[in-house]
Amino acid sequence: MTSPLTPPAAAPTTMSKADGLHMLNVSHAFGDHTVVSGVSVFVNPGELVCLLGPSGCGKTTLLRLAAGLEDLQVGRITIGEDTVADGQGGPQMPPEKRNVGLMFQDFALFPHLTVYENIVFGLAEKDRARRQWARDTLATMGLGDYADAFPHTLSGGQQQRVALLRALAPAPRVLLLDEPFSGLDVNRRAQIRQDTFQILSRSGIATLMVTHDPEEAMFMADRIMVMQDGRIVQSGTPVEIYFHPKSVFVAELFGPVNRLDCRVENGALVSALGRFPANGLAEGAEAQVLVRPEALNLSQPAAADGSPLLTVVSARSLGRSTHLTLTLENGGAGTLFNARMPGVFLPEVGSRVSARVAPEHLLIFPKSTR
Amino acid sequence: MPHPAAVADRPAARYLPARLMPDRWGVLTLAVALFVATPLIAVATIALTPAPDIWRHLYNTVLFGYVERTVMLIGGIGLGTFVIGTGTAWLVTMCRFPGRGLFNWALVLPLAVPTYILAFVFTDQLEYAGAVQGTLREIFGWRDRQDYWFPEIRSMGGAVTVMTLVLYPYVYLLARAAFLEQSVCVLEVSRTLGKTAWQSFWHVALPLARPAIVVGMTLAMMEALNDFGTVDFFGVKTFTAGIYDVWLNMDNISGAAQLASVLMIFVVVLVVMERMARRGQRYHHTSSKIQALPSYRLRGVKAALAFVFCALPILLGFVLPASVLLSYAVVFFDVTLKANYLTITLNSISLSLGAAVIAVAIGLILAYGLRMGSGPLPRAAVRFASIGYAVPGAVLAIGVIVPMAGLDNAIDAFSERVFGVSTGLLFSGTVIAILYGYLARFLALSFGTVEAGLGKVSRNMDGAARTLGASPFQAMYRVHFPLIRTSLLTAGLLVFVDCMKELPITIILRPFGYDTLATFVFQYASDELFEESALGALTIVAAGLIPVVILALTTLRSRPGHAGGGHP
Repeated sequence: MTSPLTPPAAAPTTMSKADGLHMLNVSHAFGDHTVVSGVSVFVNPGELVCLLGPSGCGKTTLLRLAAGLEDLQVGRITIGEDTVADGQGGPQMPPEKRNVGLMFQDFALFPHLTVYENIVFGLAEKDRARRQWARDTLATMGLGDYADAFPHTLSGGQQQRVALLRALAPAPRVLLLDEPFSGLDVNRRAQIRQDTFQILSRSGIATLMVTHDPEEAMFMADRIMVMQDGRIVQSGTPVEIYFHPKSVFVAELFGPVNRLDCRVENGALVSALGRFPANGLAEGAEAQVLVRPEALNLSQPAAADGSPLLTVVSARSLGRSTHLTLTLENGGAGTLFNARMPGVFLPEVGSRVSARVAPEHLLIFPKSTR
Repeated sequence: MPHPAAVADRPAARYLPARLMPDRWGVLTLAVALFVATPLIAVATIALTPAPDIWRHLYNTVLFGYVERTVMLIGGIGLGTFVIGTGTAWLVTMCRFPGRGLFNWALVLPLAVPTYILAFVFTDQLEYAGAVQGTLREIFGWRDRQDYWFPEIRSMGGAVTVMTLVLYPYVYLLARAAFLEQSVCVLEVSRTLGKTAWQSFWHVALPLARPAIVVGMTLAMMEALNDFGTVDFFGVKTFTAGIYDVWLNMDNISGAAQLASVLMIFVVVLVVMERMARRGQRYHHTSSKIQALPSYRLRGVKAALAFVFCALPILLGFVLPASVLLSYAVVFFDVTLKANYLTITLNSISLSLGAAVIAVAIGLILAYGLRMGSGPLPRAAVRFASIGYAVPGAVLAIGVIVPMAGLDNAIDAFSERVFGVSTGLLFSGTVIAILYGYLARFLALSFGTVEAGLGKVSRNMDGAARTLGASPFQAMYRVHFPLIRTSLLTAGLLVFVDCMKELPITIILRPFGYDTLATFVFQYASDELFEESALGALTIVAAGLIPVVILALTTLRSRPGHAGGGHP
């Protein structure tokens, strides 16, 4: 997309200060199977909150509860000042009355309607202003020529934009996005993600997005809530989540990490990669230390400063960075370390490198964690 | 807006219990499904009710003959449809020879001809007084039967031949689809591993298509079990013929019911085979990558043989009967018209139309019932109710008579007691009974079609419509209806045409003196006056052609790889 989207100016009620989404202590079960337990989610107006977690962790169910596509069993959901669902036998406002926009993972475009008809599906016949907005926005998004085309003739990226527009057209109070980019092919994903981000940040609408892709979450979200087995295990800004994960699970969401089993001896954590500050752990306590591949700083020729030496098992250049696997120099057979160095760093296989880890990049978890 | 802590102490572990009782949709679905399944349940009940006297009699007299002949009949037809259906499917999908493009779609044409009509035409042509033997006598100067041997068409062999010729398209269609779906890669792999084209067919293509072929064969055999006109006309005493015989000629309803229940064993075996094969189909899908099919160019003798192999079934199963009927229809046009042809046609059309509307409406209710997520009980009931397609019409007719007579008697007794007036038989022997029988047999057609259509409307589309402000009713009207309209029409058309062709249910359940085209043609043929009813037979074939032509057109278009536009 070339030019930014104008906010839905014809709907002045859209962004009243109160139109946030609040889900309070929500639990949900399908039959005997609990999928969400005691989750609270708050999305303020103009904020984009991302639910991040592996598939089956209950995040899509939360979206469907917010939209009213599932009856709320336990908890309470409010949009702005209105309670739209109350789990204690209270009201369950049907989805069509909630004025939320929901974009589905498969887009769920109506195959019998044209692109334009899809977008105005949620608009009243006489809503001239919003219909005009739909026409204008289609043109702004470079889809003007496709207004009368049927969805199946569009590319994945175009379908995604139509689905987003359709959800935005009735000027919803809350926007819900279910894996909005997973249906797209990898090459186009980054561009479409950026376009979507611009549309959303300009619309100022409270948005709750669900994804299993951590990079996507970090790019899009003001706040990330990590879900595991139906619970929120951590919530914070993308930077907090990445650099200060509260558990091994959260740390590993962002890709494979090097794990070190350590024990506190003489006030320091002793590991295969050297001694690290104990961070207040008791003497003798066991801990797991995680080191992200990019936190492992390698140098060759090996430095003589006492930092541990590793033997190179493989080194493959990926262009922008180099991926290496390494093993402990003596007797470390079995444990392979992964490292990612910026640029081209191609030591010979079998040669030695010294590895240094900056203490601030260590992720230390007492053994009971997980 | 309460403080989070205020709600946090609510018991989070107690959710709604899993639904044991079906909801409103569930109850409706269950009720409708049970209504349709009542004839089946009735037959099953009779089968499980001990009737030692009848059994001893059946055992001593007809039972083994029926079993033997029925097994021979469906076994022969299974084999015949396999050879013709698979052979022609392979030739038109994998080989290039003159006429291939025409055969590709024309091979489904015989499906338009009901088995009994082909039987009448074949008899007319091949019996002693028929055109073929007459011509032979003329050419060779034979004077009578003693001078030469000619196969008797009114025999087991004749029945197998006739039915194979109109039922092989079931196997053809499914085998053809299976061959088209097979990734060419596996065939090419087979070639690169040193197998010849012929070996590749036997060791790769055929085993891969086996589940589809088995499904086609079981469908053909179910149709063969259902056939009544051919076996009765040919005097081949199978179960279906026996049921009719025992009921109408011996007036023994319980004997007929017992025979029907034995016949159900055959049905169950076929249904189980079909289901297993369908399950197997899922694992035989090789790859979604579709490339241009190989085309072995056939030349000379091979091409000629392929041509004959494909042309013969079309000639015998469609061209011959159609032209014979057409010529008779022209010659005897006035005679047929005088024999109440118009009234009878109107009967057929209105009855079939009524059945189609009811079947689509009920199919719609059941399909929605299942979509709304009813419990396991309604689901099982619907599956059971839609098994009627496999059950011979004669069996279903018995299943309609028994409960309906019971209901009539109950109403009559009630009315007698309360009002002092006898109502007589209200439903039995009326068109309502026929409609009920049609519904029990053809519901699977309409239900399956509607369900498949509704399957194209994803649940997320419902969700999208609802979040965009549409009420459930509006979502149905604005999203569902436009998307399933074609399916509804197709479902109605399929039921309509099958009802137009239907013979055994109609002939057993029809009111006295009431005729449809099928019973009219059957009656005339039995009275050796087939020519005079040819216009009626032609009308049935013409109706049967509608879905077949649509099928042939879709067959032409459905080449994987050409379907749809720019899906991501």
